[in-house]
Amino acid sequence: MSALATGVATAAAPADPAVGDAGGLLLEGIEKRFGAVRAVDGVSLRIPSGKLVSFLGPSGCGKTTLLRLIAGLDTPDAGRIVLDGEDVTARPAHRRDIGMVFQSLALFPHLDVNRNIGYSLKLRHTAKAVIAERVEELLALVDLDGLGERSVRKLSGGQRQRVAIARALARDPSLFLLDEPMSALDANLREALQVELRLLQQRLGITTVMVTHDQREAMTMSDVVVLLNAGKVEQAGPPLELFRKPRSAFAARFMGPTNLLEARVVGRDVVRVGIRDVHLEPGAHDKVVGAEVLLSVRPGDAAVVTEGLDDDDTLRGEVVFVRDLGGTSECYVDCGLGGEPLVASGGGRVHQGVRQGDRVGVHLPATACVVVEP
Amino acid sequence: MTDLDIAPAPTTREGEPAPNDDEWEAPRPRPRWGQRALVWVPALVLVAFFVVPFGLMLATSFYRRVSGGFYEPAFTTDSWARLASDFYVGRTLYSVRVCLLVAALTTAVAFPFTWFLTRMRARRQVPLLIMILAALTLSEVIVAFSWNLILGRASGITNVLVWVGVMSEPKALTPGLGAVVAGLAYIAFPYCVITLFPSLKRIDRELTDAAGTLGASPSRTFRTIVVPLARSSVLAAFLLVFVFTLGSYIVAQVLGRPEHWTLSVFISDQALFNANVPFAAAMAMLLTVISLTVVGGVSFAASRRARLESV
Amino acid sequence: MRTVRTVVVTFVVVFLAAPLLVVAVASFNADRFLDFPISRFSTSWYGQLVTDPQWRSAVNSSLAIGLASATVAVAIALPLAYGVRAHRPRGSSLFLGLGVLPFMLPPVISAVGALVFWNRIGNVGQIENVIIAHGVFFSTVPLVTIALGLDAIDPSIGEAATTLGADPRTRFRSVTLPLLIPSIVTGFVATMVLSLNEYIIAFMVAGFTVETLPIKIFNALRYGFTPTIAAVSVVFTVLSLAALTLLARIGGLERLLGTDLADS
Repeated sequence: MSALATGVATAAAPADPAVGDAGGLLLEGIEKRFGAVRAVDGVSLRIPSGKLVSFLGPSGCGKTTLLRLIAGLDTPDAGRIVLDGEDVTARPAHRRDIGMVFQSLALFPHLDVNRNIGYSLKLRHTAKAVIAERVEELLALVDLDGLGERSVRKLSGGQRQRVAIARALARDPSLFLLDEPMSALDANLREALQVELRLLQQRLGITTVMVTHDQREAMTMSDVVVLLNAGKVEQAGPPLELFRKPRSAFAARFMGPTNLLEARVVGRDVVRVGIRDVHLEPGAHDKVVGAEVLLSVRPGDAAVVTEGLDDDDTLRGEVVFVRDLGGTSECYVDCGLGGEPLVASGGGRVHQGVRQGDRVGVHLPATACVVVEP
Repeated sequence: MTDLDIAPAPTTREGEPAPNDDEWEAPRPRPRWGQRALVWVPALVLVAFFVVPFGLMLATSFYRRVSGGFYEPAFTTDSWARLASDFYVGRTLYSVRVCLLVAALTTAVAFPFTWFLTRMRARRQVPLLIMILAALTLSEVIVAFSWNLILGRASGITNVLVWVGVMSEPKALTPGLGAVVAGLAYIAFPYCVITLFPSLKRIDRELTDAAGTLGASPSRTFRTIVVPLARSSVLAAFLLVFVFTLGSYIVAQVLGRPEHWTLSVFISDQALFNANVPFAAAMAMLLTVISLTVVGGVSFAASRRARLESV
Repeated sequence: MRTVRTVVVTFVVVFLAAPLLVVAVASFNADRFLDFPISRFSTSWYGQLVTDPQWRSAVNSSLAIGLASATVAVAIALPLAYGVRAHRPRGSSLFLGLGVLPFMLPPVISAVGALVFWNRIGNVGQIENVIIAHGVFFSTVPLVTIALGLDAIDPSIGEAATTLGADPRTRFRSVTLPLLIPSIVTGFVATMVLSLNEYIIAFMVAGFTVETLPIKIFNALRYGFTPTIAAVSVVFTVLSLAALTLLARIGGLERLLGTDLADS
């Protein structure tokens, strides 16, 4: 993933010509304002061809705006959009080589499944027989064989979604865009379709950009996750990198539940949390001694222990709540640090028998501790 | 190869709502004349055939009436002076009072009726709605005619009363004030229902359900929950019915004696039978002012209410 | 509350239906005058409608005016509604206000205005005067139905068509227009029904030369009652009911009212 360049704030961040990737999508210094609001505030990205990139973030972070700019449904106030080597910034949407799936799916209610899927081909005056063949092919691709003559009003949510996908891919576009494609579906259907859609994308090898607010979805499907916050790129990289090595508290929190602990730097690889020293991996931070920092530790990495309560890297505390979900359990431990109790769900077997009121220790392994910007 | 150069779209105006707006037009402005023609052509048609006649009518109210039923361009306030005479002021006020009465009666019945209508299942609702809409489309002539029949001496309802034994002999209830009121209420009623329907429909069923679980009887619920919520819509419907009945021509003329005639009857009377078009024009202007004031007031209040509700 | 509901609904139904029933009964009475109950049953008056040339011509005039004015109304309303909603030119509310204004005012005002206008132009008493006057006056109806219809279209659908390669004109033709057909038809039918029943504008603008059905009925009323009038009224009402039922079938009632009907 070294081909991915991320720039924050300045439009001057240049595309790296040395990277031998002529295909894919390049965004340079994109800005978009709505009145006084900066929806997109200087975003530069390169998306390598054939990869699935997720734009992830809370509502209002600009991810949908960015997608619409890429699609050509809105025009940026500044910046360039280059697709497969061509500058398409000034090109209207209907002349860009894209396929898009909308949040509401936007199937044409007055056309049946076949005509929905074949719409883009009909516009190009493709021969009827060719269209029919291609539509058959697409129906098979998305597992909807035989439903061609059905009215779209009579389809289930999952079926409608497949039609939307087939329609977008009909003319084999260079770019596949998805705007929160699963939001109209039930939760269990969503999970299954995430996998299917990802496998489809890999099979076709089509450059894909997907907008989602669901971190799980992003992690399931993406090669690269671009986390956006208030119109800027907060952090970008492979999903696990964002999960394990978030650079900010925002990123840490957004990628999943986490404990954020206030700590003070006391050495190159050591911070003090409360009265306890906690060791970190070498090079985990670049702060001076005495600096106040935030430490992020995911519940899954924090382990409840009943022995060695005075060791380094272990915080003492009292269990205030146990959430026992059968397969896993989470302990909420008050370590006297003020604020929220620590949540620990690592440690497996040790949790059995731990109850509210017990005095325990929470072990924070060095590999799991990440220093983040507040 | 890059495309033909089109200037980047202008930044959107201030206060434009956030992304995902319902702006579903491709942002590039096409040649303005193509787009603009879309609204300007019909607008010009409307101007030519509505605004111009209207302006002409305003001017005509100042023209001088010429014997033989014609009129010539001039500037005289004769028509307006006549309008301000006791007789016509009296007639206008009477007209207004009758229409207010009709509006009150109509709204008083239409409000509960429409409320019940909105709470019905579609199966029962649709036939009733069709009936209401059908009544709405009935020609005023037919309405006047039917009520003339019902209230007449020869074949009307009084015959039934005689037959039952309540009355001794059939009587003509028309022409008369009661007949006019009945006729006007008849044509106004569907209009009132149609106006109330959307806003009453919008009152969430769960609100009344909740009131029920808190111990309120249906009538209590209606009084304490529905009425306050519907108050402004009912007022708006009342005023709209008022304007509507002001414009009624046929019912007043057929079912009422000259003392019951509304402004509309006078207008057409003057225009066609007395051949005094300038005077008719002046009266029409007065009617316009009254209507616009009422309708304008209602829309203003409605938009204010909408703004408050969206908070 | 149940009884209150029954009472109110029954009263309204009786109130609305009664005059029509009486008229319907009268139309079948063989005698010229009405006795109550009717003396002899006859359908001769309905026959008169078809045979009497005057009545036939009135029906034709009304139908012609109805169709033509409905076309004019839609021709005015469709571009106006679409242009305002799609392009949002400055002064949109002004354009819409202009479209709504004629209908908001009592018809007699439009009637006098039209009278003065055509007098001025010098084209007095022609049928096209009525057509144009009706078309303009009733243009509000399709304007409202089409505007509501446009609002009901998911905006993403238009965008989807664009991303699939449709330029704005194609998009209108292949996606927007088909989805608007129900609204257009509703506006058209409603306008036609309203025009068929309209009296005062038609009368003032061309009443002495063109006799529409309402005008003929009213004139006939003055000169004494014949059950033919009753027959006409019944036919009219039945036609209106039929048209509205048709509308209900295509889901037009909701468009006319601007809201969903049954519980959502």
